[in-house]
Order: sequence, then structure tokens, then C-alpha cells
Amino acid sequence: MAADLWTALFIALLAAFTGYEVISAVPVLLHTPLMSGSNFIHGIVLVGAIVALGLATTDVERAIGFVAVVMGALNVTGGYMVTVRILAMFDRSKPKGGSK
Amino acid sequence: MSAVWIQETIDAVYVVAVLVFILGLKAMSGPTTARRGIVYAGLAMLIAVVATFFSSGISNTNFLLIFVGVAIGGLGGWYWAQVVKMTAMPQMVAVFNGMGAGSAGAIAAVVLLGNIGDHTIAALAVAGGVIGSISIAASMIAFLKLQGWIRSKPIVLPARQVVNTAVLVIGVALGIYAIIALQTFWLLPFYVLLLLYGVLLALPIGGADMPVVISLTNALTGVAVGLDGFALVNGPLGDAGYAMVIAGVLVGSAGSLLTFLMAKAMNRSISNVFFGAFGAKEEVGGEIKGQLKPMEAVDVAALMAYANQVIIAPGYGMAVAQAQQKVKELSDLLDAKGVTVKFAIHPVAGRMPGHMNVLLAEVGVSYDKLFDRDEINAEFPATDVVLVIGANDVVNPAAHRQGSALYGMPILDVEQAKNVIVNKRGQGKGFAGIENELFYRDNCHMLYGDAQKAIGDVVTELKKL
Repeated sequence: MAADLWTALFIALLAAFTGYEVISAVPVLLHTPLMSGSNFIHGIVLVGAIVALGLATTDVERAIGFVAVVMGALNVTGGYMVTVRILAMFDRSKPKGGSK
Repeated sequence: MSAVWIQETIDAVYVVAVLVFILGLKAMSGPTTARRGIVYAGLAMLIAVVATFFSSGISNTNFLLIFVGVAIGGLGGWYWAQVVKMTAMPQMVAVFNGMGAGSAGAIAAVVLLGNIGDHTIAALAVAGGVIGSISIAASMIAFLKLQGWIRSKPIVLPARQVVNTAVLVIGVALGIYAIIALQTFWLLPFYVLLLLYGVLLALPIGGADMPVVISLTNALTGVAVGLDGFALVNGPLGDAGYAMVIAGVLVGSAGSLLTFLMAKAMNRSISNVFFGAFGAKEEVGGEIKGQLKPMEAVDVAALMAYANQVIIAPGYGMAVAQAQQKVKELSDLLDAKGVTVKFAIHPVAGRMPGHMNVLLAEVGVSYDKLFDRDEINAEFPATDVVLVIGANDVVNPAAHRQGSALYGMPILDVEQAKNVIVNKRGQGKGFAGIENELFYRDNCHMLYGDAQKAIGDVVTELKKL
């Protein structure tokens, strides 16, 4: 296996722990924004889609890459907008203070 | 030289973006910081995407295609997410999650077409393709069910375990065969079978289990993105791959934890949610004594007006009837009369995690009035009136009785209150198909009718008092 893959594996391990730790104490109140927000974050797939389409050499690759870019962009902006709208609704109320 | 400088800048942007994603996700764990978190994460994403445009090696033809694709998808997602009603949020999350999964599946296909000869990369791409395909298909079924375009009840096909397993195994085998035989043709049936598997997986899952499905497919998409990242790190422009590995795995692990928490709130394993076809059959047995006692809005209003404390336990019925505005009015009126009003939120009430919280926040119910099951259960014995709105299984005391299908599910112990009013459209059973003993208890009365109308009537009567 190439060195880059081992590096990526180390990174993946750390990222997995980070994801677990970061949300392990999240209140039910925020389950929706959390899910929606993480839905937005995997929109990073758009970056991969751009790279895949960017390096495509045949028409079939281009067609599939194009679909990937469109879907990735939908994920990013849709996921962002939905999260912002959900969180905007929490804005009116006052902080609960201390309680989880 | 300038090309190197640009590439390094892009890499630096990825590092910053990933850092902001983690901080953004962290900010999601507090109501006051969450909004800032998503805005920062959005900016980081924007910069990462823009930077990627300047990657070297992208021809002019491809550049134009990328630009058009981003414009179509970006504007489409933006517009769609903006116009959709708040009540349709669960299915929108499902759709956009499915889009991400589809993108991951398509990237895997492009990687496979170009790198079928490199076994390691091809294997990673096949894995990404498998998970991406399952996730998009399952998400789309979740969308169709939540939207009401297909039946929300479990759809159970004959010999489904055998058929499903066969579809999955043959599909994966075709993917592996394509790599070994270096024949990209077999990738087509590979994708078809895995998409089919995703559909078969989600069809037998009922509407009330959708929070778990959406959460799990979200985690799966994260994993698919991470696997694609692995497949890309060795290629040219590999640093985009690292960003995908981190963000994808981050979502995969956070999403898995969330899924697990939700399954636990129902006292069911994730595999039971997916393979149990829960709610497909009706339960017999458990003899129930007593009778259903209807109550008129005017009596409900009087009962609540003279209470010290009222707890409202909302469920999916409130969302369906879009009764949250009326519920808010009711809560305000009671407040004005000096009655303490609290809301009891069961973790799996509704169709997505935290669904009730979102609906109540939408109409401006302050979230210091909302309480988790664990926080509120001790308060029921000292509560005069509990108003259950369109919730059923999450308040069914059968959960405390051994042998019931609900046995062990942590519920809201509303039966301990002095009076329980249950608002329901009719006499139907809950999602689990189990008769609710609560409705027959001496201290329980039924307020029949569509939640919006029924609560509206109570509000009208309350104003007269």
C-alpha cells in the first residue's frame, strides 16, 4: 500500500475519535441541527467531484463527473440552507443556561 | 513555480477548512453557538470549493463543465431549501443527504473507470461505490415515504432477507470481479444491484423509524465520502482526498453515535430497526380493562385553567396537523393564567431527531420550557394535567410490561399524572400496532379530532373563561 494511504488511515482514525468526542454530549434539542449540520459537512464531497471531473479524460468520465458535481453542489447549498433555517428558529428564544 | 505556489495555497485552505468543520460541529452542541458554527463552516466550505477551481491540470473543457455543474446544483439546492416548508424538513435532509451519497457513488465510478488497474485504489473506490449507492437509494426511499408519495407503513416483500442478501452479495461480487478482470462493463450491473439493495433495505422500514434511517444514511454518506477520499489521495490533486477523509470520517463517526443514541432511546438495536420490519404486524394479547372516555374541549379548557402545572407531550400528530401554532397559543394563555406549562420531548417523537424541538422553536416556544424524557419523568406525579398531542407509542405503559413488543422502551410516564388528556384523530393504534393501555386508564380522557382544530377549540374555550 502506498505511503499516502497509510497517512490517510492515521488521519481517519483521529477524525473518527474527534467526531465521537465532539458530539458525545449533545442535547436532544440539537439533534436536528447536528444531523443537518453534519449532512452539510459531508458536502465536502463536492471538492472530490470537482477534482474527479477536472481530471476526467473520456466523455463517459465527464458525464459521470458532471453528475457528481451537480449532486455534490446540491448537497452543499441545500444542506447549508436547511441547517441555517433550522437554527434560525432557535434564535428567538433565550439561552437555557447551564442545563444540558 | 507559480503552479507550486497555487497548489500549496490550496492545501493550506483545505487544512483551515477542516479545522473550521470540526469547530463548527463542536459548536452544534450548544444552542447559542450553533448558528455561528454553521456560518463559519459554510465560509470554510465556500473557500475550499473556490480554491479547488484553481487546481492545476484542469482543462478548459472540464473547467467549464465544473462551473456549470456547480452553478446548477448550487443554485438548485439553495432555492429548494429556501422555499420548502419547515414541516418538510425531515425529507429535505434526506434528499440533500442522498445527493451527497450519489455524488460519492459517481466519484467512485469516475475513479474506477480511470484506475481499474490499480487494485488498492479500485478496491477503495468499489467500497465507496457500495456505500454511496446504498445510501442514496435508502435516502430517496426515506424521502418518498416522508413526502407521502409511497406508503409510509413497512412494505414487506416475501423472502426478503434471502433476496436482499443475495442482491448485496452478487452486487459486491460483480464489483470485485470488475477489478480482477479489468472489465469496467461489470460496474454497471454492480451499481444497479447496490441501488436496488438500498431500496429493498429501506422499503420495510416504517415512517416512525425514519429518524434512525436518516441519521444512519447520513453517517453512511460520510463513510462513502471518506472512502472516496482514500481512493483520491494517491492521485494527482490528492490533497482534496485528505480533506474528504477527515470530513467524511468525522461525519461517519458523529452520525453513527447519533444513530446509536436514537436506537437506544427506542430500546431497539439498529439491526432491529433495519431488518425487523417493526410495526408490520399487529400484536395480539395483553387484555385491557376499562373504556375510552371522550372529553369535550370546554371541559379540557376548564381542567387546564385551574391546574398548577400542565405538561404537553407532543408527537408526530402535532406535526401532521401543523398544530404547533395553536399549541403555542395554548401555552401562552395558560401562562397568563399563572399555570406552569412544560413540554415533555421524547427523543424519538416525530420523524427526525429533535423534530418536536424544531417545530416548537419555529412558533417561538422558548426552549427552557422543553424537557428531555429523563428530566421530566420525575415530575409527572406532581402534575395536574398532561396533554398528549398525537403521540402514542412513546407514552404507552405497555413498555413496562414484559412480553409486549414495546417492552423496555423508555417512555414518558404520563400515566402518573393526575389527569391525562390525549388528543388523537381517531381510535387507531400507534406505529407499533399495539393498543395503548394508557387510553383506558381511569385518569385518561380522549380529546378527539385533528390536532390543529381540537387544540384550537380548547384555546377558544380557554379565552372565554
